[in-house]
Amino acid sequence: MPFSLLKYGLNKDYPFEQHADLPKPTELKPHYDVVIIGGGGHGVATAYYLAKYHGITNVAILEKSYLGGGNTARNTAVIRSNYLTSEGVKFYSESVKLFKELSNEFDFNIMYSQRGQLTLAHTDAAVRGFRQRAEVNKHFGGKTELIDPQQIRELVPTLNMNPADMPVLAGLWHMDGATARHDAVAWGYAKGATQRGVELHQLTEVTDVIVQQGKVTGVKTNRGNVSCGCVVQAVAGHSSLLAAKAGFKMPITTFPLQAMVTQPVKPFLDPLVSSPSLHCYVQQTGRGELVFGGGSDPYPLYSTRSTMDLKESLLANAVELFPFMANMRLMRQWAGLTDMTSDYSPIMGLSPVDNYYLDAGWGTWGFKSTPICGKSMAELVASGGKVPELIKPFSMDRFNAFRQVNEMGATAASH
Amino acid sequence: MKMMNCPLNGLRNISEFVHGGEVKEMPDPNSCSDKEWADYVFFSDNAISVVTEWWLHAPSGYWFIAERHTGSDEILKTYDPSVLFSERVEFSAPATEVKA
Repeated sequence: MPFSLLKYGLNKDYPFEQHADLPKPTELKPHYDVVIIGGGGHGVATAYYLAKYHGITNVAILEKSYLGGGNTARNTAVIRSNYLTSEGVKFYSESVKLFKELSNEFDFNIMYSQRGQLTLAHTDAAVRGFRQRAEVNKHFGGKTELIDPQQIRELVPTLNMNPADMPVLAGLWHMDGATARHDAVAWGYAKGATQRGVELHQLTEVTDVIVQQGKVTGVKTNRGNVSCGCVVQAVAGHSSLLAAKAGFKMPITTFPLQAMVTQPVKPFLDPLVSSPSLHCYVQQTGRGELVFGGGSDPYPLYSTRSTMDLKESLLANAVELFPFMANMRLMRQWAGLTDMTSDYSPIMGLSPVDNYYLDAGWGTWGFKSTPICGKSMAELVASGGKVPELIKPFSMDRFNAFRQVNEMGATAASH
Repeated sequence: MKMMNCPLNGLRNISEFVHGGEVKEMPDPNSCSDKEWADYVFFSDNAISVVTEWWLHAPSGYWFIAERHTGSDEILKTYDPSVLFSERVEFSAPATEVKA
């Protein structure tokens, strides 16, 4: 052991550990049919579905850091479909359905755990909004209903029903709400994709996009140039920067989103609890830690630093919801870079550059959409640019046509 | 707490300020195309660099301009918008008679 540690310490190459389920890294080929930029959940899911359903395996995923090391590892792993718009609900319910089957499909446990999500209403306006969300959800086959304070007490006996002098009037009980191990989702997809012949290149940064006569023909990377038939960009918070390399602007602003986790305690909280009025959501992981999340930072920034301000405001409200947590200790804190759109809906589909497809604008709703987004993007790529019906409302062009999909059910919007 | 220098009120806590987006030139809404207007309203560079932005000091309702690095969050300079907008903008609509 000490010798291997010494060897590891003196290694000149970047000593990243090889994932047991992934093939060894190879040299870049000069040409791929599809280049996917970004090795997060979305990128690997797209590659997986391309290989599985469309038989397209000459695919390279280029990741500047390591597999699932960006927002895939930084989100709070909430899976839900209780959104507000019919476009949104339709899309996210498909995702929930796919998530349920993933462990079996991968033969790899993503620790999917369906516990239900409870959103609290403290005002009459919120109750009305929830009633609408419940009906929209039921219409599209989801299991969501409005419940009263007595039912809330039964579901979460430890909850303070009068937090910050804002009595809980009702709850939106979303039975499909779930959580899963976010890293495992990326690993499962990567395993499935690479087994089918897709190449995953970590530590491979795209430095430029080669566009000729309005059409993408290749990318430049720190490991040499690669020509390709088409490109899918799935780089979350860095979407605008990559788009600038391809020569266009996006309706995206990058904000940090902070989250934190406490020391582990005995299980006491089954559902995921969220309060839009208190800008706070809480859940207990399978390991017993409590995860806290809230709204995005108040102004744009490309930095994953954590701030005291956010901790104070977020945790003060979390303690209002569960007063006995006041003496618990925080174990970790982190932030991710969210690519926010002004209507809180994603951007999927075509771009101003031919054969260059977009998977961006995922703000605070990226993880939960991983399977369906990958599946839809694969369909788009395989058909050579025919946009699937499900993601048509989410084209970037909607901003030019002033047809935004106003998703006020998004965490960033309601928190 | 991070501080920002308000050109009107001096050094204040960042929580007193509201971010207002990149400073961009507004196309003439009467003559520009829908695409130009959408570009102005929705699309932005969102770059990692020193960005010139609108900020509001909320308690005093005062809008000003800040130059800030979006990578390091360093605020390099804040100044009154009159530096950019030295000419007065007239919003005079021709008065029309209201018939009872």
